[in-house]
Amino acid sequence: MPQDPTERRVVVTGPPRRARRSFGYYRPRTEIDEQTTLGHTYVRSLMRIQLRTGLTVLAVLVLLVGPLPLVFAAAPDARRLEWAVLGFGLYPPLVLLARWYVRRAERNERDFVRLVEDR
Amino acid sequence: MNSGYAVPAVALVVLATILVGAFGLRISRTTSDFYVASRTVGPRLNAAAISGEYLSAASFLGIAGLVLVQGPDMLWYPVGYTAGYLVLLLFVAAPLRRSGAYTLPDFAEARLASQTVRRLAGAFVVGVGWLYLLPQLQGAGLTLTVLTGAPDWLGGVIVAVVVTVIVAAGGMRSITFVQAFQYWLKLTALLVPALFLVLAWQSDGAPSHAFDEPATFREQRVVRVDDTVDLRITAPLAVTVDGTVDGREHDGTEVRLPAGTHRIDGGTRLTFAEGAEVPAAGRGADDALTPSRAESREERPLYATYGLILATFLGTMGLPHVVVRYYTSPHGVAARRTTVAVLGLIGAFYLLPPVYGALGRLYAPELTLTGDADAAVLLLPGRMFGGVGGDLLGALVAGGAFAAFLSTASGLTMAVAGVITQDVLPSRGVRHFRLGTVLAMAVPLLASMLVGGLPVADAVGLAFAVSASSFCPLLVLGIWWRRLTPPGAAAGMLAGGGSAFLAVAATMAGYPGRGVWHALLAWPALWSVPVGFLTMILVSLTTPGRVPPGTAAVLARFHLPEELRTEVST
Repeated sequence: MPQDPTERRVVVTGPPRRARRSFGYYRPRTEIDEQTTLGHTYVRSLMRIQLRTGLTVLAVLVLLVGPLPLVFAAAPDARRLEWAVLGFGLYPPLVLLARWYVRRAERNERDFVRLVEDR
Repeated sequence: MNSGYAVPAVALVVLATILVGAFGLRISRTTSDFYVASRTVGPRLNAAAISGEYLSAASFLGIAGLVLVQGPDMLWYPVGYTAGYLVLLLFVAAPLRRSGAYTLPDFAEARLASQTVRRLAGAFVVGVGWLYLLPQLQGAGLTLTVLTGAPDWLGGVIVAVVVTVIVAAGGMRSITFVQAFQYWLKLTALLVPALFLVLAWQSDGAPSHAFDEPATFREQRVVRVDDTVDLRITAPLAVTVDGTVDGREHDGTEVRLPAGTHRIDGGTRLTFAEGAEVPAAGRGADDALTPSRAESREERPLYATYGLILATFLGTMGLPHVVVRYYTSPHGVAARRTTVAVLGLIGAFYLLPPVYGALGRLYAPELTLTGDADAAVLLLPGRMFGGVGGDLLGALVAGGAFAAFLSTASGLTMAVAGVITQDVLPSRGVRHFRLGTVLAMAVPLLASMLVGGLPVADAVGLAFAVSASSFCPLLVLGIWWRRLTPPGAAAGMLAGGGSAFLAVAATMAGYPGRGVWHALLAWPALWSVPVGFLTMILVSLTTPGRVPPGTAAVLARFHLPEELRTEVST
């Protein structure tokens, strides 16, 4: 090196750091990264709401599908109904339930990100 | 059936598969490409690939055959195969992708930090994968035999060789293109003939008694019974017999069979009058592709239907070839959206097999007696049209059927080979992966030749039941329950999956023949899934000291959106 390194000005490139909001203020994000008890509580809350969303949709599915074998067994003459429901009728509700769940789950995650990023 | 068109169609499918695979090979460079297509497969391509992989011989041929033989109750199979993806979406899809593991054993190790659980999961993956490969190879054999009269083993060998070459050469990147291509091929191969068949049905005056129970012959029909079968008749039936029934020789005489079970010897010709009820064939019929052995309705209590629903709804998430696909998504959100697209694609496909089943009841009801019910999809175009048009449509269906065997078999081979490479062979390089591929395919191919005559028909249903009672508890509890311990996971997988395996193995061996025990063992999911979950929970609760130390961090990784962990990724 030709010159004294302390005199050289070095430009470091890299991703810009998000501006700190205020000193002495702990964001939830840091708590999660550092795996403190408070951080675990945040993760737990996300898990709980996602699990609740999943269980809600599952309950709808069970209520929708569960009674059908009983109905078909109770009405053995309703063969055409069975063909129509099992052959065609159940698929649209399945897709709709899936789309509903995805929308809910993604919203949960967006809300959570907003919470911990404190935006 | 005229094989003049079918053989070129099958050859074309095989050739196109190799070409598309070669296209993938040109851009498959790294080990990561090989295993997970470098995790860059977008939702649409990945969804088509998952669907292409999932729609197997059982879906393409088996469902129509089952519906033809046993009526609309069997439509629970396609409903269950589809709804399984909804359950997977609700509890597994995004966390599984975020876990960053590649196979189910990887997941077990990442979550529980235990080599024992990892090996156990690997053993179940290989077992389920081989069970599922067996009917694919047999289906290929059946299709080629029906089309050309070729020997039974030839179709299986063709599929095995093509799949081994594609998987060993190109890995996941090339397989992704092959699978996506084959989904659309399969849809076309069922959709186009179905449109023509429905038009023909319309011009026939749209007879609607296909939906009535039981199916009846719409014209006088001579049926030649090739293999000895037991027929169950619910009402007395007049039939002209040329051959042996119940041990008595007849020579073109009209016989009035009372209600009950009758044994028809192979080679007998039966002539049914117009409007006669189609009898149900019991054991003895060769139904190699059907997800479960044909049983008449009175032997299928409500319990069996619920067992089937539970096994298919919960079993899908543990199928090794399905799970591997999720690691190719770029992130958790994409994994979810992929699953929704899969539901749409699979649901669209499953609208078609019932059409074939219903039309089969109208135009080819005697297939229930000849033991070729699984070939209904292949034979129906020729039966309804005849001539060149029927042959061409039949050839299209045959090509689609081969696409079904090829795609499912390559996905399964990929998954099994991944486990063998990582956990059995000494090193993990690409060369060892190729060796693993050969091993993964050789065992089921040998088995399909050795046990050709045995009722391996239950293999698909067994695979679902075993998966639902072993991997479903592991995944669901592993993702959502922080107190799961390695001993609990191992015990639960052994108790649930092991007992389901033994139960269906006992059924396949023919024990016990009838009654409540038979239903319990033939449809184990209803008790084996709770056994798996309960064992896992109870053993985990009794070993609280064995909760892995990093559990909280692992669960955070499973559930946190990717944008929150850019900085903590290690």
